[in-house]
Amino acid sequence: MTSRSRLPFFIGVFLLIAAGIVLAVWRHLELGIPWLAGEQRPVWMIEARIDFDGNDEPVVASLHVPDQPPGFRILSEQAASPGYGFSILEKSGSRRAEWTKRLVTGPQTLYFKAQFIPDDTAQSPSPKREPKARRVFWEEPEATAVQEILAQAEERSSTPESMTRELIRLMQPDTRTQNTTLLVTDEDYLDLLVDMLNHSGIPARTADGLKLRDARRRQSLMPFLQIYDGDQWLTFDPETAAQGIPDNLLLWRQGSASLLDVVGGDNSEVSFSMLRQTVPALQLMTMELKTNGLGLISFYELPIEEQSMFRMLLLLPLGALIVAFMRIVIGIRTSGTFMPVLIAVAFVQTTLIPGLIAFLSVVSIGLVMRGYLSSLNLLLVSRISALIILVIFITAGLSIIGYQMGFNTGMTVTFFPMVIIAWTIERMSILWEEEGAREVIVQGAGSLFVAICAYLAMSAPLAGHLTFNFPELHLTILGLILLMGQYTGYKLSELVRFTPMKAYD
Amino acid sequence: MGWISPGRLNRLGMLNMNRRNVDYIARYNERSAYPLVDNKLKTKLAVAEYGVKTPKLLQVVQQQHEISHFREMAEDLGGFAIKPAKGSGGKGITVITGRDQDNYVKASGARIGSTELQRHLTNILAGLYSLAGTPDVAIVESLVESSPALAKYSYQGVPDIRIVVFRGYPVMAMLRLATKASDGKANLHQGAIGVGLDIGTGRSLNAVQFNRPVTLHPDTGLAIENIRIEAWDQMLEMASRCYEATGLGYMGVDLVVDANEGPLLLELNARPGLAIQMANGRGLLPRLRTIEDLKRPHFTPQDRAEYAMESFATS
Repeated sequence: MTSRSRLPFFIGVFLLIAAGIVLAVWRHLELGIPWLAGEQRPVWMIEARIDFDGNDEPVVASLHVPDQPPGFRILSEQAASPGYGFSILEKSGSRRAEWTKRLVTGPQTLYFKAQFIPDDTAQSPSPKREPKARRVFWEEPEATAVQEILAQAEERSSTPESMTRELIRLMQPDTRTQNTTLLVTDEDYLDLLVDMLNHSGIPARTADGLKLRDARRRQSLMPFLQIYDGDQWLTFDPETAAQGIPDNLLLWRQGSASLLDVVGGDNSEVSFSMLRQTVPALQLMTMELKTNGLGLISFYELPIEEQSMFRMLLLLPLGALIVAFMRIVIGIRTSGTFMPVLIAVAFVQTTLIPGLIAFLSVVSIGLVMRGYLSSLNLLLVSRISALIILVIFITAGLSIIGYQMGFNTGMTVTFFPMVIIAWTIERMSILWEEEGAREVIVQGAGSLFVAICAYLAMSAPLAGHLTFNFPELHLTILGLILLMGQYTGYKLSELVRFTPMKAYD
Repeated sequence: MGWISPGRLNRLGMLNMNRRNVDYIARYNERSAYPLVDNKLKTKLAVAEYGVKTPKLLQVVQQQHEISHFREMAEDLGGFAIKPAKGSGGKGITVITGRDQDNYVKASGARIGSTELQRHLTNILAGLYSLAGTPDVAIVESLVESSPALAKYSYQGVPDIRIVVFRGYPVMAMLRLATKASDGKANLHQGAIGVGLDIGTGRSLNAVQFNRPVTLHPDTGLAIENIRIEAWDQMLEMASRCYEATGLGYMGVDLVVDANEGPLLLELNARPGLAIQMANGRGLLPRLRTIEDLKRPHFTPQDRAEYAMESFATS
């Protein structure tokens, strides 16, 4: 009669399955949610240590801290400095960690720790205002020398970058001419370079970088030269003229004038230690989500209690999928359609073997008691109600006995859904009376088999990870279940059931 | 444990559970018609209008307080059967064949007191045997006296005939004989014998017990080969008529042959089982497809029964 086309249905199912997978892949790529639970990511833990001597006056120590360094993302920041007030301030384009204390005497040590995730796509933001070259005044005879060197470099170059490279090369000791020797002293080499570049109209500044090597202590920053090419700041090694930021180099300071200012203290210095850590990718993701707007579709936003509830709930579709498959395609008979899933959920909490023992003992004791109830000829509702109370007695008894005997696992019986167990006992008992013990064993074993399969699937770490972190995969599960609802082929069990038909073929 | 390949099953046209549910029951059976077949009382009333006879209704026990008067009401009844209206698969049916002083005699010969009978009625009203555990009513029917020609094949119990009716056409039939193993019940799960019947003639084809072919009845020792159902065309027409009465496109019609009344309808089933194919040694699918492909379906039950006898005869 209604032989309507099933095409729209199949298209819908396909869309569901595809939507689930595509969303999951997109979220994996976009948010970095890992596919596997145990995936690890490297993280650099860097500790800046500030030492100074207090001289009986109020102290303000301020350290420049990185703000969006190229090639890294900041995961966490914290300061350890007992007795000091601490805050991170944004001052005229420089991000500074500031410690304050009213009265300071003697040697002081302050720590600032930050975690950095290597990320090749991370860029420093372009400056809001285009930097202008600073005007520099030189006195004779330097003015002439500078002019000559700059003229020489300019002649051999075409762009600000090549100009910078040529200039650095000219200033190197082995290529130095008389002019340069006049200018260069070792301490102010970099400042001189910056001044000269500014003089030639190229905005230039210094930067400090930290070479990242695992488990190093007392490292200091390396100076770098940065010029502005009209679009972005380019980094140069002031000695070799190599352009770009080397691998594993964290630019700790860019743009700001000073690294460390201590007011009210003497002999201040800063040194760095670093450690390469590996952090589970998942933990990394959740830590970042807090600072990231994209976390909206994540369960990590929920309170922990709800999270753990959802962890359980989100496993249920998997169990439903397995029950559907077992019943529709394999053809295993179970007692109660979804009883196996609920038992499997309980197994997840009790673990398999103790759960099985507990379940079997509760059900068999219950069956014996149900036998007595059936001889009382009670009405259905009151019989089930009585059974529920008996099941609670049995579980309580088993827990207490188990605990007295030293089996903590006895306690786990309480995870079983009492009402479901009561109904299972009732159904088994009726089945026993009507169809005999064989059918009880067939259905009971079938239910347990499906429950164990569902348990194995649901307790796999991967399953828990995927269902909780990629809830969109449930669309795919939904699609598969809908698809199975259209399966009209033979069940595996029917191939056995219909075997005698061979005789008529 | 042997198995048969899906390809061979397909060649035999065996209807399977999933296809039955999706392509036949879900497609041809209106959900709203289910209560009609799931409730024997409603079935009785519905088919009566279409001239389908059922065992005579003696009494309906609807309320708990009526049970205490049951004894007086049953006083002048000889034999009777108590059935839960919403029961399925013969569950909860008690057959009383007579009286022995204050006790009732069951079909098996056992005697039960009236308190036990009242408890049984209470259970029925509470919904112990009803499909979804919902409250039920008990119906009391006159006893079916099986025609001796058929009764001799069955161990206790009344042999009944299951006919699968598709869109009003009887497509396959089998005779169910109770055995000792089935405890006098005509239930194939429990070990009753299923005898396939030729739609064309009403003659037995072959028989299975527990899905295995048999040739002799294990308890009565009679050969099953030569059974022939009397008034076969009348039965097919009756089965066909149930289609008009219920509107169910795919159903199982259970009939008995009463010695005095002729064929009577016992119950209808909106989800008939698949074992009938094993009893017949052939699949349902080719016949179902023949009916589905009919360009102009026949309008009267008579025409449909005739068409089925012509088309689905095996010899």
